[in-house]
Amino acid sequence: MTFQAKLLWAAVAVLGAVALGIVALTRGEPINAAWLVVASVCVYFIAYRFYALFITNKVFGVDIKRQTPAYRHNDGLDYVPTNRYVLFGHHFAAIAGAGPLVGPVLAAQMGYLPGTLWILAGVVFAGAVQDMTVLFLSTRRDGRSLGDMVRTELGPVPGAIAGVGILMICIIVLGVLALVVVNALAGSPWGTFTVACTIPIALIMGVYSRFIRPGRIGEMSLLGAVLLLAALVYGRTVSETPDLAVWFNLSAPTLALLIIGYGFVASVLPVWLLLAPRDYLSTFLKIGTILLLALAIIVVHPDLQMAAVTKFVDGSGPVWAGGLFPFLFITIACGAVSGWHSLIASGTTPKMIENETQIRFIGYGAMLMESFVAIMAMIAATVIHPGVYFAMNSGAGLIGTDPVHAAQVISSWGFAVTPDMLTQTARDVGEATIMSRTGGAPTLAVGMASILSGFLGGKMLAGIWYHFAILFEALFILTTVDAGTRVCRFMIQDLVGNAIPAFKATESWTNNLVGSALACLLWGYILYQGVLDPLGGIWTLWPLFGTANQMLAAIALTLCTVVLFKMKRERYAWVTIVPTIWLVVCTVTAGLEKVFSPNPAVGFLAHALRFGNAMAAGTVLAPAKTMHQMGQIVFNDYVDATLAGLFAALVVTMVVYGIIHCRKAMGNPRSTTHEVGPGVLAGAGDD
Amino acid sequence: MTETATGRVRLVCERVVQTARLMVGVPDYQTYVTHRQTNHPDQPFMTYQEFFRERQDARYAIGKGRFRGCC
Repeated sequence: MTFQAKLLWAAVAVLGAVALGIVALTRGEPINAAWLVVASVCVYFIAYRFYALFITNKVFGVDIKRQTPAYRHNDGLDYVPTNRYVLFGHHFAAIAGAGPLVGPVLAAQMGYLPGTLWILAGVVFAGAVQDMTVLFLSTRRDGRSLGDMVRTELGPVPGAIAGVGILMICIIVLGVLALVVVNALAGSPWGTFTVACTIPIALIMGVYSRFIRPGRIGEMSLLGAVLLLAALVYGRTVSETPDLAVWFNLSAPTLALLIIGYGFVASVLPVWLLLAPRDYLSTFLKIGTILLLALAIIVVHPDLQMAAVTKFVDGSGPVWAGGLFPFLFITIACGAVSGWHSLIASGTTPKMIENETQIRFIGYGAMLMESFVAIMAMIAATVIHPGVYFAMNSGAGLIGTDPVHAAQVISSWGFAVTPDMLTQTARDVGEATIMSRTGGAPTLAVGMASILSGFLGGKMLAGIWYHFAILFEALFILTTVDAGTRVCRFMIQDLVGNAIPAFKATESWTNNLVGSALACLLWGYILYQGVLDPLGGIWTLWPLFGTANQMLAAIALTLCTVVLFKMKRERYAWVTIVPTIWLVVCTVTAGLEKVFSPNPAVGFLAHALRFGNAMAAGTVLAPAKTMHQMGQIVFNDYVDATLAGLFAALVVTMVVYGIIHCRKAMGNPRSTTHEVGPGVLAGAGDD
Repeated sequence: MTETATGRVRLVCERVVQTARLMVGVPDYQTYVTHRQTNHPDQPFMTYQEFFRERQDARYAIGKGRFRGCC
């Protein structure tokens, strides 16, 4: 490093330290969002330049001359050596999704500080390390999938365990994400109309790109975007015309059933008709909105209204149950570390990397970007008034449905708010009410509307921006639901096919219909359970989703650790061991607390016991209205407890297998890893 | 603008378009054609329309177990 470069990095470090100091130490007065941005960007640059470089050069020993799968199997289709900037965009678009937007919004109930610190520390030491290591492993194994790698490196039993884990997460993710959409659209004719319009728009796009102008992605996306904008603007008219509004003013249970039915239809239709065009539209909208939001935050640089730390760090918060440890780390999920990315980093990206030195830019760099999206979500959630934030994110079971009562309850928590503020905020964004819109998306939309309208359009356009933000999230969540149902169907067919071989044939229409129906039934159950939950569903289910996601990350990092041992690089294995231990401690504690905590707000069994006892005594407890609902709640508690317990058990089993294999690798003086290509020592090789 | 500057702008535009297309699962067609012509000159290659359809089906193919844009 030249003297000038050293000076530059020292300046970045000082600037980052000052910004981080201001973020962490300011109390009592609002701080500006710009400090958050500066602090995180400095942290990212330093981590990327020093830590990530250390990992690729020292820990992995990447070799610029080593042939990558893109060259070895070059077919111009799946395996193509691709420019690194192009591939970065592809990889980022594949990992970015609803998780980093929702998690930080929910975490904001404890103030902006705890969440921000975990987003930064988590991404640098866990999330980005996981993404990059899995990408590295997959690149050295011809772009194999995570499940495949677990099987070859750890054996068939852990492989099967990982497979079951992936299926379970898939189902929970689909259920919980669909719940986010339902909560955002219930009783909102404007939002429902706009999102419903995406179906005919996608059909038009599908036909256009199939028959009229085949393969013209640009033209068709432009067409879709114009139609979407028209639907967004016309949505206001729909919501203000009672005759029209009544068709789109739907209750949460109705919406849930519609989405389940839609997921089924979308997953069995030909992909070019509905799924693909919507995917194109949502991908471009997602990337465009993220860039726009980043620009708006820099231009507007609003003040944060939320306190640095609120009293809810003790676990008594209304948004989700549980204390700072372990539940904050579970809640933030994808913005800091996401097990999902290990599936993507072992998907199409490793098949297109030009050379191994680019793994840092694509694997680590894209995850840093994702983390920045999480920081933006945190900013959007904390620029709105804390009273409004809690009104939006607390279930109706806590604050009621009347603004006067809700304002009273929230003010009693120490966040002074008037009923007028709640109704005015709703009116500003063109909604009947904003209370108990749990799930993060509406909160994010209000925050984004306030930032974006400050950037463009003022209060006049706040309604448009709000519904634009809702549309943007709903669109890509629903695309995930379509695509995810197809993936689930495949996994179910694969799993059930072990018992009934005929079920494995994916060309069979009967199998497709049965498989899709099963997949929809499974995630639909989670969704419907959440919709009926008087606490808003998210309160109960988001921690379960977070646990599942972190569990997958722990599995992926265990694999990374084992491979480092097998490569005889155990000296450096701490880079993956440290985050693995942290994730295992978090997921297992969270899993056990969710099952066994004596506090009915946290523990599923304690909750079931409380309701079971009341049932035996013949009384109906507050959220439930009938004895039947009471029975439903108890049943759901047992299902959730089983899932949480299973997650903890899966993680522990994987770790035990991991330790066994690490010890075995230590005892062998040679590298025993299953890499493909030159550089593999004798005695090892691809099986 | 000088010649190199326009060239650079054109390259950036090209890369942006390639990125957007790859984001939705369609790699560069010209690269594919060049690859086929160089390595399999005796075999036919797909037209752009066929190429687009093949890539679209592959992106959502059941069995590949791909899952994107979740978190």
